[in-house]
Amino acid sequence: MSEENKNQQEQPASSGRRSAIKALVSVPALGAMAYGVYKKTQYDRSRRNLGDLFRLEPTTPPSAQEIKPDGRTIRLGIIGYGIRGKQLLRAAGFAEPSLIDTWKEAARLSSKDTRYKDYLEQEGLNVTVTGVCDIFDTYAEAAILSGSNIHREGSDGTFGPQPKRYRYYKDLLAADDVDAVIIAAPDHWHGTMAMDAARAGKHVYLEKPMSWTVPETYMIRDVVKQSGITFQFGHQGRQTDSYLKAKQIVDKDILGAISLIEVCTNRNDPNGAWVYPIHETANPQTIDWRQFEGDDDRVKEYLDYMQSQGLARYVGPEPRDRFSLERFFRWRCWWDYSTGLSGDLLTHEYDAVNQILGVGIPHSATSSGGVYFFKDGRTVPDVLQTSFEFPDRSLTMLYSATLASQRSRGKVFMGHDASMELSSSLIVKADPRSTRYADQIAKGIIKPDTPLITYIPGQENVDAVSSATELYFAQRGLLYAYVNGKRYDTTYLHIREWVECIRNGGTPSCDIDAAFEEAITAHMGTRAYLEGRTMYWDKDKEEIVRG
Amino acid sequence: MNSNSNLQRFWLVALRLLIGWHFLYEGLVKVLNPKWTSLGYLMDSQGWFASVFHSMASNAGTLSVINFLNEWGLVLIGLSLILGLLTRLGCIGGILLLLLYYLSHPPFIGSEELFMMPREGSYLWIDRNLIEIAALATLYVFPTSKTFGLDGLLGNLLKNKPTQSH
Repeated sequence: MSEENKNQQEQPASSGRRSAIKALVSVPALGAMAYGVYKKTQYDRSRRNLGDLFRLEPTTPPSAQEIKPDGRTIRLGIIGYGIRGKQLLRAAGFAEPSLIDTWKEAARLSSKDTRYKDYLEQEGLNVTVTGVCDIFDTYAEAAILSGSNIHREGSDGTFGPQPKRYRYYKDLLAADDVDAVIIAAPDHWHGTMAMDAARAGKHVYLEKPMSWTVPETYMIRDVVKQSGITFQFGHQGRQTDSYLKAKQIVDKDILGAISLIEVCTNRNDPNGAWVYPIHETANPQTIDWRQFEGDDDRVKEYLDYMQSQGLARYVGPEPRDRFSLERFFRWRCWWDYSTGLSGDLLTHEYDAVNQILGVGIPHSATSSGGVYFFKDGRTVPDVLQTSFEFPDRSLTMLYSATLASQRSRGKVFMGHDASMELSSSLIVKADPRSTRYADQIAKGIIKPDTPLITYIPGQENVDAVSSATELYFAQRGLLYAYVNGKRYDTTYLHIREWVECIRNGGTPSCDIDAAFEEAITAHMGTRAYLEGRTMYWDKDKEEIVRG
Repeated sequence: MNSNSNLQRFWLVALRLLIGWHFLYEGLVKVLNPKWTSLGYLMDSQGWFASVFHSMASNAGTLSVINFLNEWGLVLIGLSLILGLLTRLGCIGGILLLLLYYLSHPPFIGSEELFMMPREGSYLWIDRNLIEIAALATLYVFPTSKTFGLDGLLGNLLKNKPTQSH
């Protein structure tokens, strides 16, 4: 400093002009900067124009209807309060106090953990829980407690009136103070309960899969349609933002002819392979095993099919009437109650594709797989590949699943002009050999290795110029969790749509026809696996026929 | 003045310009992008002060203040260094900002692989933020803006003012 001052003081007065020039010596750098920024903006704009070419309209989930504050309160009953039942009742606004305790503690330990805050911010659905039914006493008591947790509080909270517990679901369905039921019992009960509920005039939210046997699938559709109830089927993916965007992309024909779709399930832990914990209070006194066995008509349909096709080796192996804690809690591992990978997980993937492309029931299904990792006595496979053919649409949908590796593969739609990958974000890339984009690729306007469209959930804008960092965050769920302040649970949105349709009329997005298509598709995959041959769908007769 | 000190001055001014350019452009990019937010960067923080940065990001109000201060701080510091105007203040501001970046993304063993943001280069304790801090400190103690910058004119203006009134 002192030296610099000295220099200045030493300057003769006559050199004032020279020192002024010196003082301004760095100003041209600003000109260079301005020029550079101008060029960069121009470049970005040219890329953004390309983005405009593929602009997508804003999408709103089907559940986006306003909740009318003066609407009638819907009185809910829940049948089945296991893992999924808890999630559904929580999404409806009635969480287990113990879970709220956990969330509160997590939020105290880390400001990043906003699960409790998010939950409190979910708008109330104007519903009450008036009836609960579970055949395991501990679950039923937990359901009573959650149903009375009207203020979404922890164990130390104040609770509202307790819903009534029913030991038999038919008694719940007969109750006058129940308008609508959520059905989350095991798969072998879904259809029977849904039909009984519809006959009793109760609106139904039914977990997937729709049916356990093929014959009941037709009956459920008929009964639900005749009853005129509001039916929502439990594929909450219908509310997923990126699926809605994907549908737009397909409708605009940005991908060109889609010849192959790959959907996958990858899990790698006992819980994901249905080896659920066995509750310590469970025993023959606290569980009504007779009811667990299932409906006689359904069991007969199941056994008739298995025996007539020489598939007796897949039945049991334990007798149906023998009490078993394993079978009660891990029922998904046995065909006696389960629909396996097809019913449990393929259905979500298929419904996503059906939502986006409207493919309907496939022409044929071929499956292979086996029990390769969890050799714990289960009869349903833990590795399964099913290819579904849609010759009318000139495409194949390949489902590929393993419960013993978590390598994530996403949903990939392979088109002649571009491919689309759906995971937590949505990315469309032009195909290097695309016919339609050939000119633009040759001119370098479209670069096949950089995304044509990138959609990050939570952002309304679809932008071709998402920065690498933004994408990086989005793929790890960070932006999704925080941008716009609010993240909705899709299950909440799905129930909300159902409740609003009950109140105001209208058909929910996952209706009985979508459910029927889902169920038949899953059954075709299952039968193809069990029988070891291709299954075909006779469209006119509406029948699954053998190859 | 020998040629050595001319060279010294040349490189000091060049360093000032380069760092100024770096700050100004980082600032302009953010100002020009309406979608830009420091949220991702803050949430990506690791190390001793991570919770401080996370809490900054968790409140929408605080976040928008931080975004504003960061965007315009970068621009003003950049302008200050390039123009040689209030340069010592600019150096201090720059050092403070860089220190915050350093503390939120410390290049420590173990924390390096926790960052979600892609980083180019490999660092052990010393990263580019720290080097830029040192460079700014150097500019602070070897100022050039009185000769090569507007600080000289500003100084003259302030010096001449009282004499004019006489």
